[in-house]
Amino acid sequence: MSDQHIEVFREEAAELLASLETALLELEESPQDQELVAQVFRAMHTIKGSGAMFGFDEVAEFTHEVETVFDLVRKGELPVTGNLVSQSLSARDYIRSLLEEDTEGEVDRAQGQRLMEIFRSMAQESSPKAAEQHDETPDPLEPSADAEQDLAGEATYRIRLRLAEDISLSGTRPEGLLRELSELGPCKVVAQPELIPLLDTLVPELCYVHWDIILNTSRGINAIKDVFIFVEDDAEINIDVIDDNDSVDSDPSYKRIGEILVERGDISQEELDSILAPAKPIGQKLVDMHKVTTGSVQAALHEQEMVREVRSQRKTKESTSSVRVPADRLDELVNRVGELVTVQARLSQAANMRNDNELLAIAEEVERLTAELRDTSLNMRMLPIGTTFSKFKRLVRDLSNELNKKVDLKTTGAETEIDKTVIEKLNDPLVHLIRNSLDHGIESPETRQAANKPATGTVLLAAAHSGDSVELIIKDDGKGLDRDAIFTKGVERGLITPDAQLSDTEVFNLIFAPGFSTAQQVTGISGRGVGMDVVKRAIDNLRGNICIDSQPGEGSTITIRIPLTLAIVESLLVSVDEDNYALPLSIVEECVELSQEDIARAHGRNLINVREQIVPYIPLREEFDVPSEPPPLQQVVITSVNGTQVGLVVDQVIGQHQSVIKSLGRVYRDVQGISGATILGDGSVALILDINHLAYRAEQAG
Amino acid sequence: MAEVNNIEMNQYLTFMLKDEVFGLAIGQVREVLDFTNITKVPRTPEYMRGVINLRGSVVPVVDLHLKFGLEQTEKTVNTCIIIVEINMDGEITVLGALADSVQEVVELEPEQIEPAPKIGTKLNTEFIKGMGKRDEEFIILLDIDKVFSNEELMQVHRAEAPHQEIS
Repeated sequence: MSDQHIEVFREEAAELLASLETALLELEESPQDQELVAQVFRAMHTIKGSGAMFGFDEVAEFTHEVETVFDLVRKGELPVTGNLVSQSLSARDYIRSLLEEDTEGEVDRAQGQRLMEIFRSMAQESSPKAAEQHDETPDPLEPSADAEQDLAGEATYRIRLRLAEDISLSGTRPEGLLRELSELGPCKVVAQPELIPLLDTLVPELCYVHWDIILNTSRGINAIKDVFIFVEDDAEINIDVIDDNDSVDSDPSYKRIGEILVERGDISQEELDSILAPAKPIGQKLVDMHKVTTGSVQAALHEQEMVREVRSQRKTKESTSSVRVPADRLDELVNRVGELVTVQARLSQAANMRNDNELLAIAEEVERLTAELRDTSLNMRMLPIGTTFSKFKRLVRDLSNELNKKVDLKTTGAETEIDKTVIEKLNDPLVHLIRNSLDHGIESPETRQAANKPATGTVLLAAAHSGDSVELIIKDDGKGLDRDAIFTKGVERGLITPDAQLSDTEVFNLIFAPGFSTAQQVTGISGRGVGMDVVKRAIDNLRGNICIDSQPGEGSTITIRIPLTLAIVESLLVSVDEDNYALPLSIVEECVELSQEDIARAHGRNLINVREQIVPYIPLREEFDVPSEPPPLQQVVITSVNGTQVGLVVDQVIGQHQSVIKSLGRVYRDVQGISGATILGDGSVALILDINHLAYRAEQAG
Repeated sequence: MAEVNNIEMNQYLTFMLKDEVFGLAIGQVREVLDFTNITKVPRTPEYMRGVINLRGSVVPVVDLHLKFGLEQTEKTVNTCIIIVEINMDGEITVLGALADSVQEVVELEPEQIEPAPKIGTKLNTEFIKGMGKRDEEFIILLDIDKVFSNEELMQVHRAEAPHQEIS
């Protein structure tokens, strides 16, 4: 077996384990959900099967025991208990450690043995007969659990089954499969025999027939998939829901018979059109012309009767097919696109200077295409942030057990898409913040009840798009931050003077200072005084910002804002003296002029009156120690960060620019007020301003 | 103190700073560019001249004159930027160094190289790998990794701190 295959297996297994974890955690919340049980079972089953195939015998052997138990659960012979979920989660972790043994180090086999024992004894708790019967295919004759009936609801499926010709060599009997299907519910099977060759060329071992099956069942699509679980690699199986009871009224006009046949690939659109020309009952006509068999028309008619909504559903299904691409290739692509954007800017600039209409037209076309290409390639790296949310569910579950607290993690906006690298870099800060909420925020159940709060605390993890950034909110309903304790500590650490007049937000933000921790007791989870500053740094590195708000007794809210992508940003280009600077367009509100009279009127204070609003400004020339004299009429770019308006005084506003962000590198990594650089159309370098920091410095300076 | 360890290290690119000849191990030199526009990064020491665009990458440029306590490099037709790869804490970093002019590539056998004198140069001896003797001329062989060692560059972020002269 080549390493490459093993690598693919590992990747797949990692994904399966991730979805397994999610399913188990959801199962804990809704133990009656048969769909989830089936999901867990299938994940285990696949890991076992492919594990054995790729030589991970230990994994297969271990998973087998867990799978056995879940098979019993699936059949309703074992209940879903908290213990079962806990043990299954441990089992999942153990499987992962087995898979990663090469890279992650030695595995504790004794733990594996213990877990296997536990699962064996669970299996035996159920009736001995059932324990023996843990065969992979579900026994369709067995009365299914009531819950399953209720949950899945009745639905009609169209199944097109095309087995590999040599299927019988692997011991599969098609009639067996069909019988199992018919046992799921009322079922109409139409065999399509047109591929059977003439007798002299017919090989009796081969299977030439394919089937169209319309099945009405209440057992859910997974029951159907389970029937085909052993042949899915050797067969083309299309299962479509053509009608389910929930959505009877979605599409009043159902497809005509010709459409169904075309859709099912029985005839081509051209054939259909040519036949349609003379108006005649279409089904009959098609049969007359021997274009399709009576069987096909029968099956189609059958379907037509039962179905209302399909099309949109199937379309989404088709579009979700995906290709696995290594992440570094995507990164490479984005880098190339970044370079292309830079070159395109040069082309546009050159075209503008030539004043050649033909060239200008081409440059414009290239500009449009580049923008599209940029968006597409950046989109390719977008992942829903929900992939990390499931990890946090596990974290909260484990931590609350450890701390003897009751905590619910609620998540919203799991579908919010964000750049893959950003998600990866967000993981650690989020883990830290959630840990903090659990450890310091949420009180013990007793304390909570004493304070008239529900014994179970809630941590909300919410994600949402806002403009070209993503806003993440971590909110708990715990005891909130202790303003006075933080203030005292801040004085102790020499961060502030005892007589400092600070707003609540300013006090709370002290916890982001290095080495700051107010926890009285150091626990194993948090409170060692490392952390919040690391979180802040990580968020800063993502060019984001973080702020905290808290109400005593009601909890704290931490808001993180981060840009969608780290690669390219729309920016506004400005200049001071001969140097160009870029600032993210998303924070720019407007540009106003600053004349000498305005400056004189402010009496030395850096304030400007913008439509009756007083906005403080930072003269970039002074800030950056540029020796030359300012022009008589300067420009103020009004920016808004976290709801605070700050103006930046520059010589000139040049215009919009697509900035491909380049790091200034190691040498300049500690430079403040500058977050990166970008290359302009003429090949020169412009620095990207870090408004957060500039505003912060101005504040410090008073 | 400094050792000359391998064969490719026998070749050195020589360049002028004011009226002295310096040498850089050829293995660390990536290319030599003509002087181009340098974008100053605000609030950094004077010897950090700024950044340039090197075919799409942003590369910092250091003024060796200022670094070694001479006055700022004056731009002439011969002024050029030597792009070097240096090892900073085990990470390869690309930097540009301003030089008045680039001379040639010379081969120096280990026996032609003498250890750096403890006194008599204006430079911190830490930065000197050795003194190469060629004809009647001395070539100061720089240990470029040391010149740009982490400690030295740490000064970058101390924005207002005046540039430390090297004695």
